[in-house]
Amino acid sequence: MSLEMFSTWWTTNERLIDLLITASGQTLTMVFLAGLIGLIFGIPLGVLLHLTKKSGLLSNKNLNKALGVMVNIGRSIPFIILLVAVIPFTRFIVGSSIGTAAAVVPLSIAAIPFIARLIEGALLEVPSGLVEAAQAMGAKPYQIIFKVLLPEALPGIIHAITILLVTLIGYSAMAGTVGGGGLGDVGIRYGYQRFDAAVMMMTIVILVVFVQIIQSLGDYLVKRVDHR
Amino acid sequence: MIEIKNVNKVFYQAGREIKALDDINLSIAEGSIYGVIGSSGAGKSTLIRCVNLLERPTKGRIFVDGIELNSLSANELTLARRKIGMIFQHFNLLSSRTVFNNVGLPLELAGVSKQEIKEKVESLLELVGLSDKKDSYPANLSGGQKQRVAIARALASDPKVLLCDEATSALDPATTHSILELLRKINREFNLTILLITHEMAVVKSICSDVAIIGGGKLVEQGPVGDIFAHPKTELARQFIRSTLDLSIPADYAARLSASQSPNSYPLVRLEFTGASVDAPIISHVARELNLDISILSSNMDYVGGIKFGLMLAEFFGSPQATEQAIAFLKENKIEVEVLGYVA
Ligand SMILES: Nc1ncnc2c1ncn2[C@@H]1O[C@H](COP(=O)(O)OP(=O)(O)OP(=O)(O)O)[C@@H](O)[C@H]1O
Ligand SMILES: [Mg+2]
Repeated sequence: MSLEMFSTWWTTNERLIDLLITASGQTLTMVFLAGLIGLIFGIPLGVLLHLTKKSGLLSNKNLNKALGVMVNIGRSIPFIILLVAVIPFTRFIVGSSIGTAAAVVPLSIAAIPFIARLIEGALLEVPSGLVEAAQAMGAKPYQIIFKVLLPEALPGIIHAITILLVTLIGYSAMAGTVGGGGLGDVGIRYGYQRFDAAVMMMTIVILVVFVQIIQSLGDYLVKRVDHR
Repeated sequence: MIEIKNVNKVFYQAGREIKALDDINLSIAEGSIYGVIGSSGAGKSTLIRCVNLLERPTKGRIFVDGIELNSLSANELTLARRKIGMIFQHFNLLSSRTVFNNVGLPLELAGVSKQEIKEKVESLLELVGLSDKKDSYPANLSGGQKQRVAIARALASDPKVLLCDEATSALDPATTHSILELLRKINREFNLTILLITHEMAVVKSICSDVAIIGGGKLVEQGPVGDIFAHPKTELARQFIRSTLDLSIPADYAARLSASQSPNSYPLVRLEFTGASVDAPIISHVARELNLDISILSSNMDYVGGIKFGLMLAEFFGSPQATEQAIAFLKENKIEVEVLGYVA
């Protein structure tokens, strides 16, 4: 695709450009909304996974096991299957099983266990000596969580959020299956089903740009908060 | 100030029982600097961690400032710990906080107002000599500076007791010295009781008033530092004392050393002065009275708690009879003598 071809395409396909802009909006809505919901539930879940470990602050073998199994089940279901499997639940929550809002539900459900494991990993990197020092100075468990564990794990947590958002961009491409729209959907319908290579390339370029921006922003933030 | 009564700690690891502490009893007076020394795996860390219940004793009781810690609820224990400062071998500073905010953390936890925190932290940083580093992050500090921050942090909530777990083991000798000086200063200034564990007798020697020696989880010996240096009762205590003044024979001497005496070779002797040795100018006395020339090869004498002790390597030049008499005389004066060999 030469530059000239590209510019003629651009001027003669106003309708398709509108479509790409709308689709970009849908992708971003899905990713950030699902990301947000995922973090709201996933971060506490990750913290709980960490705390209930054998040598953890609130060690509880049974709870840890139960949570672990739940998270593993969530992580092992392929997203495309999850998407369909949760349709009744989606209908219950948003009143409909199709559309961008409906796609946010399965995306959030996939995000929660995903981010929980990553948060657990980030917390594992905090040296146990720091928790011990905090205990020795008379910190209560909630103070240890909010003043020691989370701030010390912050670089890892931001890194994890970056990975989550990038992964959700990938997942959101499948949301077309339930009429969620988004760039992935456009790419499949125009590029794959109608052999419109130009549109497919455009969606790919936009997705790459999104991923780049998220990754760079994430890396920048990690660098800013990391004083290790 | 600290009472450790019949404390036992058993760890279970892979189905095996590890007896880390075996019926330990210690009583630490207010205002003292109490050292606990032992080799690796002796149970030192376990013992000090039992004092603030970071590790729960399997059996036994812990009193700090008259309060039995074992009997407290989780919440009461948290509050009691605010009066027990602790510093660590690896400092354990929060990397996400500046020096200022690290020192202020215990106050934040206790809900002290911002203004009070500022005043307290600034005075503490001045005390430890790090006022200019208050906005630095720990990653940019040297080991000695990190330990100073940790000390300031431990002092923030005005504790009555400071626990030091190998606080100088990660530091070079000069820095170790300056940190020990700082500990001595705060001990005097705040009448702070310090419990310090270490594997170096030199640390005990330089700041402790009392010492306990542990080996294999058992308390082997304890008492004022001077007494232990003067009259070590156990082999373990003697080993630790000797470790502070280890003298070795120079390589070229060792090469010329033979086990038997020939006509023109002279004995190389090692003299060990202990607290029991008679405190008199014995070397010059021997030289004068027995007409013996004594050439000191190396010597490491020290003075702790009113006691002179140390090791000396020397060659005795004189007739075999004079040498024999000299050795007998030294032994009479409770100086241990060992003939290491004969140098030609
Ligand atoms: N959490 C634990 N689980 C099992 N065994 C332990 C645990 N902590 C300590 N031990 C064992 O208890 C014994 C005493 O350990 P401790 O850490 O108190 O020794 P130490 O005197 O501090 O040694 P070092 O000078 O090497 O720090 C060791 O045999 C150690 O293996
Ligand atoms: Mg130790």
